[in-house]
Amino acid sequence: MVRPLEADPACSALAARAWQVLAAVSDPEIPVISVIDLGIVRAVIETDDGVEVRVTPTYAGCPATHVIEADITAALRAAGIAARVVKTLSPPWTTDWITAQGRARLKEYGIAPPGSVDRRGPQVVHLAPKMGSDPIYCPRCASARTELLAQFGSTACKALYRCVDCREPFDYFKPL
Amino acid sequence: MRPHVDYLLRLGDSSLVLGQRLAEWCGHGPVLEEDIAMANVSLDLIGQARLLLAHAGRIEGAGRDEGALACLRDEDAMAYLRDARAYRNFTLCELPNGGIEKGGVHGADYAITMVRNLLYCAYQVQLWDRLRESADRELAAIAAKSAKESAYHLRHAADWTVRFGDGTEESHARAQRALDQLWPYANELFATDAVEEEVAAQGIGVRGAELHPAWETMIDATLAEACLVKPAASAFRSSGKAGLHSEHLDFLLAEMQVLARQHPGAQW
Repeated sequence: MVRPLEADPACSALAARAWQVLAAVSDPEIPVISVIDLGIVRAVIETDDGVEVRVTPTYAGCPATHVIEADITAALRAAGIAARVVKTLSPPWTTDWITAQGRARLKEYGIAPPGSVDRRGPQVVHLAPKMGSDPIYCPRCASARTELLAQFGSTACKALYRCVDCREPFDYFKPL
Repeated sequence: MRPHVDYLLRLGDSSLVLGQRLAEWCGHGPVLEEDIAMANVSLDLIGQARLLLAHAGRIEGAGRDEGALACLRDEDAMAYLRDARAYRNFTLCELPNGGIEKGGVHGADYAITMVRNLLYCAYQVQLWDRLRESADRELAAIAAKSAKESAYHLRHAADWTVRFGDGTEESHARAQRALDQLWPYANELFATDAVEEEVAAQGIGVRGAELHPAWETMIDATLAEACLVKPAASAFRSSGKAGLHSEHLDFLLAEMQVLARQHPGAQW
């Protein structure tokens, strides 16, 4: 499994401070999880006139990308750090980069965190689709008896599920 | 350079035009979950289009010192200021949501939309998988990113195709009709032309014909589960990728581009 990125202990003091500031910048759609926990921030590098923050978009069409970049610049500016945000497409974002802390926060918030990504590549599509290889647990009652209602939920990155036991619907963060 | 740009436009314009068609379902979906699904798939496709068109514009303007005119090659200019003859999307993507027969049912038919998505998204899945190795590193990055999203689009379309095909008499008839109408338009995707020969020789792109076997395997398996009959091969070949489009693209572009053209240079 790809390890999520963490601040390089050898990075400069300025970059380290920037990482701390970014840990408080949350996703505009899911306010309990930070852009670091989502694995959106890939690197923070000290430059001649401040820092360069390398981010990777989650989905190509994600409408929150602009807001996230603006929030990152604003948060760093408020902390007195001049910042430039650079978008990198490669390697592509994967839900495997979501930290353990991020997953726990999603679950507390009522969103089932993503299972691991199916890495088998293109194949014949099997119907009665399973989103991943792991069971999907209800974030409220922890039951594994859950069923898919819709492949697209409140946002493109989530699917809508229902718990058969407690009967509550919930969002599932799709493995990508 | 021109074949490279044309190739990128083919992929970008196809995503954009299909994205526009799917967005037409917004507010008119058969059920709420599908209204949302079409808006989300459309958004993903538009995201792909932005990346590809921006890249095509950069390649086209490379080496030229255009100053203020460089804005004429950004993703918005590429999308809103080109006419149908300059668009390079596959004709399959521009066909109306009601199909090509006169009228269609209520003007739009979800079976047409789902079967079209099945055919095109299955193509994209094969395409992106090959383009990960492209010598054009930006295209390779776009492909790696798009592959994950297209896999979900394909799953959604295949699921519905099976439900329609292996459903009621009416859903089965409409799914078969959709397949029969759309099938000839798939030929264009796999007919390697001079542009593809050139980009394949440079290691940038892939010949359409090479994607056909894996595509057909995927489609055959889905159609079998859907109890649908694969149409006979035909000699028909559409020509959207050469800029020669059906009568439908002009209307689509007129609607898509009117606001930007009425307010040139506006910033939102």
